[in-house]
Amino acid sequence: MELSEPLQKVVDGLKDSFESAVLDINQYRGDTIVRVDPEPIIDIGTYLKEEHRFIYLVDVFGTDRFTPDDRFEVIYNMISLRDQVRLFIKARLPEENPVIDSATKVWKAANWYEREVYDMFGIKFRGHPDLRRIFMPEDFEYHPLRKEFPLLGVPGSIQLPSSTPDPEE
Amino acid sequence: MGVESALGEGYLTTRIDNLVNWARSNAAWPMPMGLACCAIEMMAFAGPRYDVSRFGSEVLRFSPRQSDVMIVAGWCTYKMSHAIRRVWDQMPDPKWCIAMGACASTGGMHRCYGVVQGVDNFLPVDAYISGCPPRPDSVLHALMKIQDKIRTEHSVMLDT
Repeated sequence: MELSEPLQKVVDGLKDSFESAVLDINQYRGDTIVRVDPEPIIDIGTYLKEEHRFIYLVDVFGTDRFTPDDRFEVIYNMISLRDQVRLFIKARLPEENPVIDSATKVWKAANWYEREVYDMFGIKFRGHPDLRRIFMPEDFEYHPLRKEFPLLGVPGSIQLPSSTPDPEE
Repeated sequence: MGVESALGEGYLTTRIDNLVNWARSNAAWPMPMGLACCAIEMMAFAGPRYDVSRFGSEVLRFSPRQSDVMIVAGWCTYKMSHAIRRVWDQMPDPKWCIAMGACASTGGMHRCYGVVQGVDNFLPVDAYISGCPPRPDSVLHALMKIQDKIRTEHSVMLDT
């Protein structure tokens, strides 16, 4: 593993402060990915923001790994503007009732990202101020980026406009 | 009396269809419903090089109430479909519709849950244009097909 000096400090700091919660550290194509336990995600976020100046949360996204256990994954992509480094934090969630604490307490920017993850995967964010769908209609019953959702959608699940004009017009 | 006697019995009533159709077909004002990259080709079709004013359709009205032909150019989401239908319903009769490009005709490469697989799911389309995006020539071709269609319509009803 080749970690730059600021990233080495981040990884060491994470291991010291949250020893059992840091599950795996991994590098791929120049990106550093730290897998953590979902329980203390707020503490980890606060620690990274306060101590290592990861003040810019670039994105939060989900994945459906389609595995029997720990099916869903929430990934936080953040940048430390002081140290000019990028870090990915991953947390895995079970298929039944996937819930994680909302990162909006740490980064305001997480609000819409988490709404998108909720819309696409049905992962719930505990303590989110406004957890509504962001892309799909509010009465839509499915979560489109889950693997079992058909590519072309469920016929009739989204209303098309009526092709007979309103008689009052 | 008057013109009737000069031209012979029934002449005006049988030929008024042709007169109205001639007028309509040479002044089919488009309603540009530009949704994606096809709209760029639609602008070329209206511009000086392809010059749709040769066919009397140079007035691209952005008001549905002044237009006759709606050109749906680009891929249409379920969310947008309601707005398009609303604009279409505001256009005065008679009106025609062109589905421009693969996406508007069939959904094209957007085979996914959010995109309507062809605007004919909620609009009566008269002419489909293939291509991704189509050349401005093909839009002219579709317009000429619409003109042919207008010229063969019965525009005047016998009021009895």
